[in-house]
Amino acid sequence: MSKSNPNAPKRLALISSKGTLDWAYPPFILASAAGAMGWEVGVFFTFYGLTLLKPELTAAVSPLGNPAMPMKMPFGPEAFQNVNWNMPNLLMSNMPGFEGVATSLMKQTFKNKGVATVEELRDVCIDMDVRLIGCQMTMDVFGFNKDDFIPQAEIGGAATFLEYAADADVQLFI
Amino acid sequence: MEAFEVIKEDRLLDCSDMLCPMPIVNTAKAMKELQPGQVLKMISTDAGSPPDIEAWSRQTGNELLLSTVEGGKFVFFLKKA
Repeated sequence: MSKSNPNAPKRLALISSKGTLDWAYPPFILASAAGAMGWEVGVFFTFYGLTLLKPELTAAVSPLGNPAMPMKMPFGPEAFQNVNWNMPNLLMSNMPGFEGVATSLMKQTFKNKGVATVEELRDVCIDMDVRLIGCQMTMDVFGFNKDDFIPQAEIGGAATFLEYAADADVQLFI
Repeated sequence: MEAFEVIKEDRLLDCSDMLCPMPIVNTAKAMKELQPGQVLKMISTDAGSPPDIEAWSRQTGNELLLSTVEGGKFVFFLKKA
């Protein structure tokens, strides 16, 4: 029995370590779903995940280094939209603005399919009192201040997360 | 007579065209506003909803009275605990 209070609700402890658009979704989806189930949730934002605490989210996505990423066109007939565009890395790495294009395509495809935006999911998490904890060490390294983040963000270190996670039923590193 | 025709909902929530996790997020929000014993009818087009609503019901203790398909959409009747 690791839980110090057996009457406490279930708890989810997440580490969010990546700040790209594709990796921004999993922590906020899981956190909001757990909140909807009445669980206590805390997300520890570290390294590149820390950027997800900024008021304006600028998360982008790169097909570079994501060779299995399906590139879909969010417009045109359905058959055209379902085509999986195979983009060689050599082409992508040499084409200026390709990341911007890929990010726009992914955002539009998600919108067309009915997926909430990262901002909307983060707002849901805030409404559900999900604890959003920024990693102090990463802030020091990358030169962030608490003022750079949304006011709901707390600041903590490894011990803060570990103490929270020790009492959690589910712990995930994303 | 179909079973869902005899269950009367106190509130209707349409989550058509939403994807995970919004159907359960909105279900949880709507359920908060109901009184114990009242029934929420939730409609979804997300194929992940049937297993998700079952899990949500088990986790929250709100009883899933019926999970069915009506007019090509998933329909759930949930009773507030």
